Amino acid sequence: MTDLINRILPRVQKPARYTGGEYNEIIKDKASTEVRIAFCFPDTYEIGMSNIGMRILYGILNEMDGVWCERMFAPWGDMEEEMRRHDLPLWALESHDPMEDFDLIAFSIGYEMAYSNVLNMLELGHIPLKSCDRGDDLKHIVFAGGTSVYNAEPMADFLDFCAVGEGEDLDVEIVECYRSAKRRGLSRREFLREVSKIPGVYVPSFYRHTYHEDGTIREIIPLDGAPETVTKRIVQDMDGAYYPTKTIVPSTQIVHDRTVLELFRGCIRGCRFCQAGFCYRPVRPKSPDRLYELAVASLENSGYDEMTLSSLSTSDYKKLGEFADRMLDYCIPRGINLSLPSLRADNFSVELMEKVQKVRKSGLTFAPEAGTQRLRDAINKNVTEEDILRSCSVAFAGGWNKVKLYFMLGLPTETDEDVIGIAELTYKVLKAWKEHSPNKSRGCTITVSTAFFVPKNGTPFQWEAQITPEEYLRRCALLKSKMPSKSIRYAYHPSDLSMLEAVLCRGDRKLCDVLLRAHELGCKMDGWTDYFQMDKWMQAFSDCGVDPAWYAQRERGRDEVFPWETVSIGISKKFFWREREAAYRSEITPDCRRQCTGCGADRLYQGGPCDE
Amino acid sequence: MNRLLFEKTGKAIYISHLDTMAMFPRIFLRAGLHVKFTRGMSPHAYVSIALPLSVGTSSCCELLDFTLEEDNVPLETLPARLNPYFPAGIRVLSAYDSDRKIKELRYLRCTVTLEYDQGISDDGCRDIEALFRQDQILVEKKTKKGLAETDIRPMIESVHVSRISSGELALESLICAQNPSLNPQLLVGAIERYLPELAPDFAKAHRTEVFDESFQVFR
Ligand code: SF4
Ligand code: SF4
Repeated sequence: MTDLINRILPRVQKPARYTGGEYNEIIKDKASTEVRIAFCFPDTYEIGMSNIGMRILYGILNEMDGVWCERMFAPWGDMEEEMRRHDLPLWALESHDPMEDFDLIAFSIGYEMAYSNVLNMLELGHIPLKSCDRGDDLKHIVFAGGTSVYNAEPMADFLDFCAVGEGEDLDVEIVECYRSAKRRGLSRREFLREVSKIPGVYVPSFYRHTYHEDGTIREIIPLDGAPETVTKRIVQDMDGAYYPTKTIVPSTQIVHDRTVLELFRGCIRGCRFCQAGFCYRPVRPKSPDRLYELAVASLENSGYDEMTLSSLSTSDYKKLGEFADRMLDYCIPRGINLSLPSLRADNFSVELMEKVQKVRKSGLTFAPEAGTQRLRDAINKNVTEEDILRSCSVAFAGGWNKVKLYFMLGLPTETDEDVIGIAELTYKVLKAWKEHSPNKSRGCTITVSTAFFVPKNGTPFQWEAQITPEEYLRRCALLKSKMPSKSIRYAYHPSDLSMLEAVLCRGDRKLCDVLLRAHELGCKMDGWTDYFQMDKWMQAFSDCGVDPAWYAQRERGRDEVFPWETVSIGISKKFFWREREAAYRSEITPDCRRQCTGCGADRLYQGGPCDE
Repeated sequence: MNRLLFEKTGKAIYISHLDTMAMFPRIFLRAGLHVKFTRGMSPHAYVSIALPLSVGTSSCCELLDFTLEEDNVPLETLPARLNPYFPAGIRVLSAYDSDRKIKELRYLRCTVTLEYDQGISDDGCRDIEALFRQDQILVEKKTKKGLAETDIRPMIESVHVSRISSGELALESLICAQNPSLNPQLLVGAIERYLPELAPDFAKAHRTEVFDESFQVFR
């Protein structure tokens, strides 16, 4: 007789995402496995399998003898319904075993909107949601890594510990620590004590947070000798670091269904709104030789006919020209597409564009982020109008006729003049098309999109208030009224999600109850418009007596203790404050390649100096 | 034209027809071989699978047409060269040259397994067999215009019912493969309609062979 999973699968959408069995999936012998890890990605298969971090760690952990790391993803609604109706617990794709069979349950949390999925997956896996309810046995240890753990406080009740920073070395140390604890028969609490000694491991329950009457933090007290600060870990030797070339090739289409090559980690720029830019400091490149070797091996192993170069600001790779030439010599005769995303306006070179064009004409995107030079200087986005117009002109002359421009609304110091500046810049781009296009009959489409600025922890804007959703929508309407052209399409992000993001990313432990309540009310898949329910979230806030505006729309005082201060990304608060002041003076800070401005991240990098 | 005979079973039965087609050129590349490209605006490696298989149905008689770029590769070496590179459940059984057109393919033999969690009696088994001997079997079929009634009887050559276990029956069926084609799940639809008390708790189909119009195996 057919088992339950196989009876359900024919009824759900895209069943191949629940089966495993893909090429290069890793199957091990359970009998000789000492540590079983469920690597959980709190989003769909299609998103999770497109994440390089997950692929790297899956590879590394499975290289360990006696360790088997399997994958779990959040089921889509139709599947979840079937699972709940038939009481079928969440399973790992490789063995089809339920979450309960695993020692370590590791979540990779890239952004706050995945929190509700973490709770939902634990529940579907029949694991108690709160760490304090998981007993004292050494099993079902739930931990998390990823950008969100730079402020894990809203998740503090649910995570046994956090792995802070890059996981290549850290995760191996954690698993070894667990293996040794298991051999010695330690309890959960004893294990947590041991694992907390590994640099980069943060155990929230080892810290007590006390509050002032106004709700801000009075003090964070480390208990029983827990370290005062937990500093993120980074990979010291990028060329020597593991990078998977034999990776799982999904049997169903995913978001990034191609080979992805990471050129370097970190970003030299320091745009003041950008959390990734600061969290991944310092910049550490791979050598062109190593990259070529990885690229060819990955392409040949997977059989993909497309490769993306992926890094925070790919065009800042010092030897990009040299490397792209070599790569194109390999790709062109084989009919392999090489796409270069996230090109910046300020070094978008003509030759590079022509080379890309040889293989395929991809769309043009620029992210000036703000409409006026004054505001671009304030946010340290070192792109000038001239740069953008020059790059666009070249592209238009070369036959491109579609441009996407990305901006943010609600940036600190923004006025209506800056909002209108977006429209003015857009019209200048349109004018450039009229002047340079060789074939005007095809028309031109400029897509302008605005996101609602979210002040993030780990950036110079961590003290800022977010503007209210009403004010954001007013600015959107103002901008729309200034761009009536048929050639311009304007799309703005909805305000609710960004407001919730602003609450969670700088939230404290009082939000744990809100998360739990939101989960009970059915919140999940918040990153998907099909599922996101702001009214449920608002109910959760009110049920818990928490005012979301206090988190999103409150400017913090200079000396306020932040809830996330135990965890350090290696950049000093002093530096961030200096950057914030520079923003208010609309003063730019040179990038790391031009001049080190002493953020502190170099102290993490024994292999330093940064960018070498 | 080069042709492959392959099977799709186990976890692979959930891979859609389009995803299966997209997969093959990659498998060839992994093995260091190349499938010829189409011409035109957006050239791509061209492969074509006869009789799209619905998600959830297994098969050991799938046919894939392609043209190999390399002309010095003996086709009989392909199964061994390609098989290490598939996802679980897909395996090439043979590779050969064929000039027979897919449109000559006429009949399909498949086994539909009916599962009854509470068991199934011999009487039930007989009733199902009798159903498929009726002169007319009307089932509801989804069309572009909504649900429509169709008589599937003309598309059925034969259906034999046999017992696999106390709770499982097998419908050994020989049905039309194309123009018009009969989805074997509609055999289950017929049971649900005419013999609702004998509707199975679960049913799955497995293709076993394809034939031409004179009932000779089609390759
Ligand atoms: S260029 Fe700016 S926005 Fe882009 S990753 Fe670097 S710091 Fe962030
Ligand atoms: S230490 Fe200096 S060079 Fe290194 S990341 Fe910080 S500012 Fe940039």
